[in-house]
Amino acid sequence: MTATLSALTAILEVNPVPWARAQMAFTLGFHIILVPLGVSWAFMTLIANYRGIRHNDRDALTLAQRWSKFMAVTFAVGAVTGTVLTFEFGLLWPRFMGRWGEAFGVPFAFEGLFFFTEAIFIAIYIFGWRRLNPWAHFWTGVPIVLAGIFGSISVVAANAWMNAPSGFELDSNGNVIKVDPIEVIFNDSMPWQAAHMVIAAYLVGGFLVASVYAVGMLRGRRDRYHYLGFVIAFTVGAVATPIQMGVGDGLARWVYNNQPVKFAAIELVPTTSSDVPETLLGRLNEDGTVSGGIPIPGLASWLSDPSTGRATVVQGLDTVPPDQRPTVRQTNIVHLCWDIMVGLGTLLFLLAVWYALSWVFRRRMPQTKLFLWAAAAAGPAAVIAMEAGWVVTEVGRQPWIVYNLMKVEDAVTANTGVWITFFAVVILYALVGTATILVLRGMSRRFRHAEGFTDQDTPYGPSALTKEVSATEEEAIR
Amino acid sequence: MSTTVAVVLLLAVVAYAVFGGADFGAGFWDLIAGGPERGKHPRDLIEHSIGPVWEANHVWLIFIFVILWTSFPEAYASITLTLFVPLTIAALGIVLRGASFAFRKAVVGLRYRRIFGAAFAASSVLVPYCMGAIAGGIASGRVPAGGQAGDPVHSWINPTSVVAGVLAVAAVAYLAAVYLVWDARRLADPDMADYFRRRAIVAAGVVGVIGFIGIFILRADARYLFDGLASRGLPLVILSVLCGVSALVLLIRNAARGARLLAVVAVASIIIGWGVAQWPYLLPETLTFSAAASPSGTLVAVLAVVVLAAIIVVPGFILLFVLHEKGLLPEEGVEDEPAPSRPV
Repeated sequence: MTATLSALTAILEVNPVPWARAQMAFTLGFHIILVPLGVSWAFMTLIANYRGIRHNDRDALTLAQRWSKFMAVTFAVGAVTGTVLTFEFGLLWPRFMGRWGEAFGVPFAFEGLFFFTEAIFIAIYIFGWRRLNPWAHFWTGVPIVLAGIFGSISVVAANAWMNAPSGFELDSNGNVIKVDPIEVIFNDSMPWQAAHMVIAAYLVGGFLVASVYAVGMLRGRRDRYHYLGFVIAFTVGAVATPIQMGVGDGLARWVYNNQPVKFAAIELVPTTSSDVPETLLGRLNEDGTVSGGIPIPGLASWLSDPSTGRATVVQGLDTVPPDQRPTVRQTNIVHLCWDIMVGLGTLLFLLAVWYALSWVFRRRMPQTKLFLWAAAAAGPAAVIAMEAGWVVTEVGRQPWIVYNLMKVEDAVTANTGVWITFFAVVILYALVGTATILVLRGMSRRFRHAEGFTDQDTPYGPSALTKEVSATEEEAIR
Repeated sequence: MSTTVAVVLLLAVVAYAVFGGADFGAGFWDLIAGGPERGKHPRDLIEHSIGPVWEANHVWLIFIFVILWTSFPEAYASITLTLFVPLTIAALGIVLRGASFAFRKAVVGLRYRRIFGAAFAASSVLVPYCMGAIAGGIASGRVPAGGQAGDPVHSWINPTSVVAGVLAVAAVAYLAAVYLVWDARRLADPDMADYFRRRAIVAAGVVGVIGFIGIFILRADARYLFDGLASRGLPLVILSVLCGVSALVLLIRNAARGARLLAVVAVASIIIGWGVAQWPYLLPETLTFSAAASPSGTLVAVLAVVVLAAIIVVPGFILLFVLHEKGLLPEEGVEDEPAPSRPV
């Protein structure tokens, strides 16, 4: 009996490092899709809401009301998946939190503040449509937008601190003995990373919401309601795109100057040299050579510092020992994701230019099916670009959890059962993710069938007491 | 300064218990409300009651975590290493609960509402049990200091944890029932007011019995905590018992007001009593608050956040509750039907 038990325990004892990494990556990757909706959808809703009240536009008002209902679902899922992350910091990386919590944790204290504000006002906004005065109700939406922006800045400040740790002093044993919270929050990397993420939230949120209406228009729903839904959201995404390219460029140059090894992984530079080509695709081999891909001569050097042009020297991966740089496999992941992010970003930029030119010259959005198809694809493409960008910053930092100060393997939990929680989390999130999409689709169909916004749309509150669930509605949700 | 942060931490735990806890407790009543026909009426009241507030209430938990890991990081590492299993279950339960509650409101089909409703209700019971078990593990001194892992099993499967877990479930169910009586009265629904009043009385009795059993279990299993409760924590224990009994009397007499406040004080004072009893230890008998505390720069930042929260969040929180109680947040959406969309 005891022998069986210990044999069983031995089987269950699996190295936690890869599983903890995978679980953190999976849960963050899931949560980050909900972030843009939490941050930017409220802004788009307020645009529709403003238009609805100011111009007495019933379609815009209906749009704002429905969007707020969808937001209720995505915000709830975002809130709980975000909570899981706060558990995971300790469950997966206790030694990281134990040693650096006093510094790394500071931005989260502020994030808690903003999240609280967001949760309060989103509840008032979503539930306040009927009884509050229209303008008072509109203004209860504004704190959601602000809290969303400042909340994501706070979270990204913590991540930026992992890339540019500062604002603390260590004793001879490496324990944190003094913390300067201002310097922790406003670390070197924070302005660039925070701007990049907040704008990403608007870019992804805009294109994602717009793509739903693009699909609707392709299916022949070319009414004013769909038109408004598309134009408001797509314009937000289109405006964010060129700004994002500028900020992204600045962030890349920050990485070039401050995290040269990450930059070498991004640009696939095995050894230090000047006139470094920008290699599109391609891969790094175990022997340190680069094969495949399309090199654009000198471009990586030129982009790193245009003032010195192709003569700019880019530090190579081999300038640090192998245990202080990403592995070959990680390097290839970083480089591929970089190409995906930049490539999709460029395509989205071209789409935004098309949209803008059409407005400038024809005073209307592009009408062709090709544009709508591209717009429908823009939402998923923006999500993929954001995920890829996040992989670049996280995998590019490897093997460090705190850049140059603590390695991931030294931060991980001692619990050997992480692989079990990994699978539990994947299964649960798969169910929640599927249910979220099905519920949102069901709501959207119900809205269409109802041809308006009636009490029966969301059975809720005392009014639902008298309501019988009919077979057609049961059908409608499927 | 570490004392101030410790007080803030304790108050956050109290806030989570009396606000967030009640939302979990409502899930308990949802779970045992019976079949779709019989349970429809109470379930509708529960949804209406916690709908607008549960997410805001939930943030108290995030506050607790954030204060813990910024201000007492070493203790946080010890707790998460030792209590890995119940914390994981609680995290997954929170996802299941929040998501399925939001989904249940958004779907119409009875079958789907039942699936999401069951997930919501079951996880509403699981999470407070785990939280209670975690508190029991910490309070009985089973989490070692120094960012070390304690016993991964007996740290949360032990007499104190079991009694604390069951007590947590019973206490949040009790609080929820008392709140729901009030909500039902506000909505002029005497049937439901009576329904939850009877359940509140039963729950109060259950909490009392578990608390009584708990005294003996703590005496045998968590001596430091017991001694603290029997000495400097005693006034709070007495206050809790007095408030609990008075609330019970008011509930039995069907008094118009007072029961809610007394119930809150009863639960809050026992939690504060726990904090006072294990003072000065964060992890009893191995790690004090002052030894665990972060450098002063971090504590100042945390206290600054608390002050900002008092300025920004508390008024918003009050606004939310006032609007909710005045019935100004009736439901999502609006009543009127807009004109059909015009083509572009």
